[in-house]
Amino acid sequence: MGHDMDMLRFATAGSVDDGKSTLIGRLLYDSKAIFTDQLDAVEKTSRDRGDEYTNLALLTDGLRAEREQGITIDVAYRYFATPKRKFIIADTPGHIQYTRNMVTGASTADLAIVLVDARKGLVEQSRRHAFLVTLLRVPHLVLAVNKMDLVNHSQERFEEIKDEFTAFAAKLDIPDLTVIPISALHGDNIVTRSENMPWYDGQSLLHHLENVHVASDRNLVDVRFPVQYVVRPQSATHHDYRGYAGTVAGGVMKPGDEVMILPSGFTTRIEAIDTADGPVDEAFPPMSVVVRLADELDVSRGDMICRPHNAPHAAQDVEAMICWMDEQARIEPGRKYALKHTTRNVRAVVRDIQYRLDVNTLHRDEAPGHLALNEIGRITLRTTQPLFVDEYRRNRSTGGFILVDEGTNRTVAAGIVVQAA
Amino acid sequence: MTSNYRLSQLDTLEAEAIHIFREVAAEMQRPCLLFSGGKDSIVMLRLAEKAFAPAPIPFPVMHVDTGHNFPEVLEFRDKRVAELGVQLIVASVQEGIDKGLVREEPNGSRNRIQTPVLLDAAEKHKFDALFGGARRDEEKARAKERVFSFRDEFGQWDPKAQRPELWSLYNGRVHLGESIRVFPLSNWTELDIWQYIEREAIEIPSIYFAHRREVFLRDGMVFAANEFAVPRDGEDVFTATVRYRTVGDATLTAAVRSEADTLPKIIEEIAVTRLTERGATRGDDKVSDSAMEDRKREGYF
Repeated sequence: MGHDMDMLRFATAGSVDDGKSTLIGRLLYDSKAIFTDQLDAVEKTSRDRGDEYTNLALLTDGLRAEREQGITIDVAYRYFATPKRKFIIADTPGHIQYTRNMVTGASTADLAIVLVDARKGLVEQSRRHAFLVTLLRVPHLVLAVNKMDLVNHSQERFEEIKDEFTAFAAKLDIPDLTVIPISALHGDNIVTRSENMPWYDGQSLLHHLENVHVASDRNLVDVRFPVQYVVRPQSATHHDYRGYAGTVAGGVMKPGDEVMILPSGFTTRIEAIDTADGPVDEAFPPMSVVVRLADELDVSRGDMICRPHNAPHAAQDVEAMICWMDEQARIEPGRKYALKHTTRNVRAVVRDIQYRLDVNTLHRDEAPGHLALNEIGRITLRTTQPLFVDEYRRNRSTGGFILVDEGTNRTVAAGIVVQAA
Repeated sequence: MTSNYRLSQLDTLEAEAIHIFREVAAEMQRPCLLFSGGKDSIVMLRLAEKAFAPAPIPFPVMHVDTGHNFPEVLEFRDKRVAELGVQLIVASVQEGIDKGLVREEPNGSRNRIQTPVLLDAAEKHKFDALFGGARRDEEKARAKERVFSFRDEFGQWDPKAQRPELWSLYNGRVHLGESIRVFPLSNWTELDIWQYIEREAIEIPSIYFAHRREVFLRDGMVFAANEFAVPRDGEDVFTATVRYRTVGDATLTAAVRSEADTLPKIIEEIAVTRLTERGATRGDDKVSDSAMEDRKREGYF
């Protein structure tokens, strides 16, 4: 196995009994990522429970409560690799009450697979999953039409579902959609093209996962470098060293580039870009580097390095879509929260809740007064200090934030910047 | 690293881990890195070194010492700590037993009783963040754990009350006495660890490489015959070529039969193995389906 494979993070979503666990089990099994002792343990547990077949869902249901209740509560992360790529699966439960988990899994995903049962076609949850994938700007969406064996591998049925979904997707602005007919149980169109569906001329699912082009999904245009940590060795050998450590959130940075620091607005040049393995000629997302500047400026954590003529909005008034994630409290106008955006921590007050979005119908419920667990809506926030934000659709790193309850310290909302002023 | 702005899987994982180390150093008051001398904690130490270079690692390391150690590993620990010039704190399970903090378990294993010793030391030093080398691919309860894993004032993990973790925005806010366990290697697999060790030419204790050793069989696993694992009647001692895939409490950690005496051979072996590393070598996880979840709830890593 070579060292130069790259990595793809994908999320899976489906409603109950769409065969999601079977699909994941199939991918793991066919790529030899399921180990004998794991399979033995699952077989034993299945037998003890009296299941008729080996329940591959037990591989991903890691918590006792999940096994007892036969449901998946939380996002589980699974790993497999082929000679081409390493894959991280965020396996998100499909139950109605777990929008929170889907949003969490999708936030870091390069691709999402939404499963539907070929017999049932699109259901309410399929639409919700597709909407959430779009809201979180997952760049690639695969609609996997599963259980094709149970509809006699019918092209007509497949085309029907595909057309229905495409019509729905037109409302959503999906960057890249691929629709694949599969049977996870029998392995049709999973690793290789199925002989049972000669009418299908696309790629197998795994082939698509291995080859989908993701490097260009990151924003390589707008330089964004949130300062995370100031490296000052203060040792005899590095007496005057002062470097700004961080993860590149956008653009390509090179030594010699003219840059601007926010909030101060000072401009300077990049002297060097360091790593522990020595200086590099360029840095791009998601590299973690240390930037040294030509001039001595007062720069600290939470500051943003960008280009003089391409800066993010410095905004205290932010319009955002949020997904509310807390069981205990609701969000209402006037409430104050801790807000974390890139490396910046500020406080924020909710000015207004403009609407609550029905994720099934996309209907807007105007002036709802509050949002509760798993609800999504558009809100206006005012922050104590400016945030250096981009619209989320332009940059997922500088357009996303979380809200934290200052009393309980729980993460209560995921926020997506729609507009900043 | 290659052109066309694409990072390899090891570069991506390294960048993510470095980001996590820096985030903790920036936001938490008193972090500490758990260092056992095992391969994962060795990789952790390397990543911490990289995250702050050319400055030194800005936090101490702690070894929860069960007293059941492989001598090669202790020697390695001391050497590595001296090279980096970091402060080493040793939390001794034996002292915990002597003080009455914990009681020796009937089977002689100190795996479970190291948890109160760890919590006691963390409290004494007022650590609010503890870095651990756990990976999500190790075990299914771990597959559900966050990178920043919140623990209450008793060090307990509540899997149902985990904080949602979005993008790379980690929430490290705690009240006094509460803490965060931080797992920078969450997304690494065993194979990633070995490939990284090879790429970075990281030194590791000799017991990871195939060697000849006096062993005996117990529960289908190969144990080294030594002061910690004494063969019982009917357990015949013989010499075999083995290596260790994991390093833990020496009474519980089994070796695997292997001829892999170089890193490329180990990587080849791991790439085709059909057993997980804990399944192959850890007696402690075989107790029940929820053994790991239960220990984690009590404050274990």
